[in-house]
Amino acid sequence: MKKNLLVILVLAFALLLSACGSAAAPAEEAAPAEEMPAEEIPAEPFKVAIIMPSSITDLAFSQSMYDALVAVQEEMGGESAMEIVYSEGMFVVDDAAAAIRDYASEGYDLIIAHGSQYGSSLQEIAPDFPTTSFAWGTTLNTFKDEGINNVFAYEANSQEGGYVNGVMAASLSKSGVIGVVGPIQAGDADLYVKGFVAGAKSVNPDVEVNVNWIGSFSDVALAAEAANTHIGAGADVLTGTAQMVPGAIGVAEENGALWFGTQASQTSLAEDIVVANQVYDWTVVLDEMLANIKNGVYGGEAYTITLANGGLVMDYNSAFDLPADVKAAADAAVEGIIDGSIEIPVE
Amino acid sequence: MRSRMNALFDAMLPVFATLAALGVGMIMLLILRVSPLEAYGALWEGAFGSTNAIAETLVKATPLLLVGLGICIAFRANVINIGGEGQMIIGGILATQVGLTFTDAPGWLIIILAMFAGFLGGAIWGGIPGALKAYFNVNEILSTVMMNAIAVQLMNFLLRGPMIDPAQLEKASKIPQTARLAEAFRLPRLVPTRLHLGFLIALVLAILVYILLWRTTLGYRIRAVGQNPDASRYGGIRVRRRIVLALFLSGAFAGLAGAIQVYGVNYRMITDGSASGFTGAAGFNGIVAALFGQLHPIGTIPASIFFGALLVGANKMQRVVQIPSALITALNGLVVVFVVSSEIWRKKRQRQRLALARQAESEDDDVSPSAPELYPPAEEASES
Amino acid sequence: MSEIFSASVIISILTSGIRLATPYLYAAIGETFSQRSGVLNLGVEGQMLLGAFVSFYVVFKTENLWLGLLSAIIVGALMGLAMAFVTVNLQAEQGISGIGFYLFGLGMSDLLFKMLLGTVETVKGFSVVPIPILSKIPVIGEIFFNQNVLVYVAFLLVPIAWFVLNKTTLGLNIRSVGENPEAADSVGVSVVKIRYFTIILGGILSGVAGASMSIALLNVFQQNMTSGLGFIAVALVYFGAWRAWGVLAGALLFSMVQAIQLRIQIIDSISLSPDIAVMMPYILTIIVLVASVSRVRAPSALTKPFDRGE
Repeated sequence: MKKNLLVILVLAFALLLSACGSAAAPAEEAAPAEEMPAEEIPAEPFKVAIIMPSSITDLAFSQSMYDALVAVQEEMGGESAMEIVYSEGMFVVDDAAAAIRDYASEGYDLIIAHGSQYGSSLQEIAPDFPTTSFAWGTTLNTFKDEGINNVFAYEANSQEGGYVNGVMAASLSKSGVIGVVGPIQAGDADLYVKGFVAGAKSVNPDVEVNVNWIGSFSDVALAAEAANTHIGAGADVLTGTAQMVPGAIGVAEENGALWFGTQASQTSLAEDIVVANQVYDWTVVLDEMLANIKNGVYGGEAYTITLANGGLVMDYNSAFDLPADVKAAADAAVEGIIDGSIEIPVE
Repeated sequence: MRSRMNALFDAMLPVFATLAALGVGMIMLLILRVSPLEAYGALWEGAFGSTNAIAETLVKATPLLLVGLGICIAFRANVINIGGEGQMIIGGILATQVGLTFTDAPGWLIIILAMFAGFLGGAIWGGIPGALKAYFNVNEILSTVMMNAIAVQLMNFLLRGPMIDPAQLEKASKIPQTARLAEAFRLPRLVPTRLHLGFLIALVLAILVYILLWRTTLGYRIRAVGQNPDASRYGGIRVRRRIVLALFLSGAFAGLAGAIQVYGVNYRMITDGSASGFTGAAGFNGIVAALFGQLHPIGTIPASIFFGALLVGANKMQRVVQIPSALITALNGLVVVFVVSSEIWRKKRQRQRLALARQAESEDDDVSPSAPELYPPAEEASES
Repeated sequence: MSEIFSASVIISILTSGIRLATPYLYAAIGETFSQRSGVLNLGVEGQMLLGAFVSFYVVFKTENLWLGLLSAIIVGALMGLAMAFVTVNLQAEQGISGIGFYLFGLGMSDLLFKMLLGTVETVKGFSVVPIPILSKIPVIGEIFFNQNVLVYVAFLLVPIAWFVLNKTTLGLNIRSVGENPEAADSVGVSVVKIRYFTIILGGILSGVAGASMSIALLNVFQQNMTSGLGFIAVALVYFGAWRAWGVLAGALLFSMVQAIQLRIQIIDSISLSPDIAVMMPYILTIIVLVASVSRVRAPSALTKPFDRGE
């Protein structure tokens, strides 16, 4: 009785699936990329796919890249020149791998895997699609030394803007205590914080920079409470990185503490207290990548966005009355980083 | 013949319920100005439309099946294990460490050792809540929720420090990941897709779990504890030990799922700071798959494939019609609610049949395919 | 080490703990009611997220906080109603349907956020209302009587819930439905009505829990902003052994340790890996429960559907 039931369960399942199949559009085997012509027909738009761990509206890492793509698209002449598709919320690494392979077999020209957790997947997929370009970040590893030639890599020198923010933060702090709210101590966030601490100490070696790592990219409440903890410890200037910081910005505003943003402009969240943001502008990287692809170079280059190449932009809140001497100190820091006279220790 | 029709209807119920949920989803798609036909066409294509799609579905189904098998054991003993996420992580970590420590060993040996390490890791992480429940009356829902959070932070700690890829240490960005496993250590692939040996392992284990539960004394004892702890105690079964054992085994299967995820798919541990980045939420979805499979190890096989197909197909659907991933999550929720609600029809018919059978004094004395009660009263652990 | 024992630090930790405990209290008190009547609701997190988004959106559009709160209550009630229909009438397996409702709420709140707002915004939420006289008491005043309205209400809920559950006929009926629905039914208590009431109440309180985050404590909405908080709330019901005061103790313990670990991270003299610090509240909650060796048992009918026909 029971075994029959199971057999029928499996059969019924198969039956229904095949029924669904005939109802749906006939499934076509995706053509492998090897057969794809290397030269694009000019009328065809350049096809870009992007895979992101969080959402295109996260006001942080994912949004910074998506916005840059849209900007490049506009520059190139809209949707007829460049087609953008995205997979957001791909925090599951092997789901992302499936998406990357799928886009590749559908003939996308450039596939951006926007997260350092996707590298292993690219390493595996890229060799199967030699005329498709892949890109990933943040890292500088293009797997070139492993014989893979169609992977670009990109990275943000987030410590640079972190340093500039730190210089301003230490100059503006009256209490001499600054608070930092971070997700987990790794990657881009860690770089930013290291730069920030170095910048603050360069102005005032005695300044106390307290750092809280809350162990999560999504816990808005804990980020807010970390900000409260900093306020309780006497901090009057705060900063933080990743998509859970809006909670912390609210706390800063409530307590009249100043805020420094990074990754994207967070000014709109609290116009009275956001002093400045380090904004990532990936268009620099994208432009270079596209130029390379046009010339038949599908990968092997690593790019870094920096203050020098305009990929990192210091965005000042015009509504905030920044004292002239602090602004001058910030400008000097930017100059120094660009001309190399300031070196930021990040180990 | 009549009973066949009944059985067919029962078996089709989850499918009908899924279709009903997708029907509701259609409204949401129309609001988003997306053609439901195109969207669901993509869902089908992503799940079963090509060899590669089927392989991806089975890859996705593998951890669901393994976690689901553990859930079958635990539920039979009347304990709930919602700690699959944490158990997968610990299993994955231990298994990875094996491959990273003995880099020169032969591949088959490392694979066996690693699977065992994963099994053990999950077993420990499941056995702790088991012991806490049996000996300290700590409810397992509470302890497994907490143990999940602890496992995530432990993973972050290890991957940022002690286990970090030496190559990452030299770089400024320091991606929190381990080194890559040697190629010899990877689970062999079955066809030129991502489908790996892990799926076959899971299938074999499903049969073994079936045998364990219904053909061995141990299995009998586990089920007896689940059905009636008091009677079992009088019958000489050590209830506490069985509760620990049930959660121990349940965790072990989740841990093995973690090990297989590393050796079959990712080839390294990597963290994005959350559990689901590594597990793909299989620790939770496996519970749902087990329930769809009537908490029967064999029934969990098609149920996992079904759920895996839904997950893989939904991702494809997002890519093709470019809808926010949030819609997919909401849709999955609807499917779960609809399927679990549809159970009432099966139960009603089963009851009718039972009444009929009693009347006819049928000789069919097979064990009922569904567990009579899923959850235990919390105090069962106390022996005195 | 001495830093952590100074008065100002202790005050700041306690006030942090009170704030952090607020959403847990709403959600866990609601869950206590539904579990006492025999229904496990694992969908709390989804209800919280929908409540958080809807109240945030209404406040964003109308700038009317009470309208926002009301909308969270309505959304929570509707989610509760659906949950009640599925678990009471359709007798669906409670844990799994809860997971389904969680996924639905998680996805739906994010989807609405994308369609209606599209980016992170802020609102002017409930502000701190010092309670006259009481807030002037040194130390205690600052910790307990200098919070926003939703924080006060959360703590007021505890004695109210205790009173309703233990001192009223309604409470008696709820408990008897959770212990022995057949017996309750035989003396004329409607199991269906009681369970509908408790599940909808649970939904409402979860919705308010979400609102307490999005329009009172944080004043933002971000996708998945509850981040597992709803599941912790369910766990706290077990910690509190289905008693309002126990839930309060659990919520405070968890939140205080959370506040302490944040503080420990910024004390120079203690160098502890942040990952290890973040583990502390989870580990300590288990340890405290082990040490307390509670022998309280769950409502006998918890997770068991009631079928009158049998």
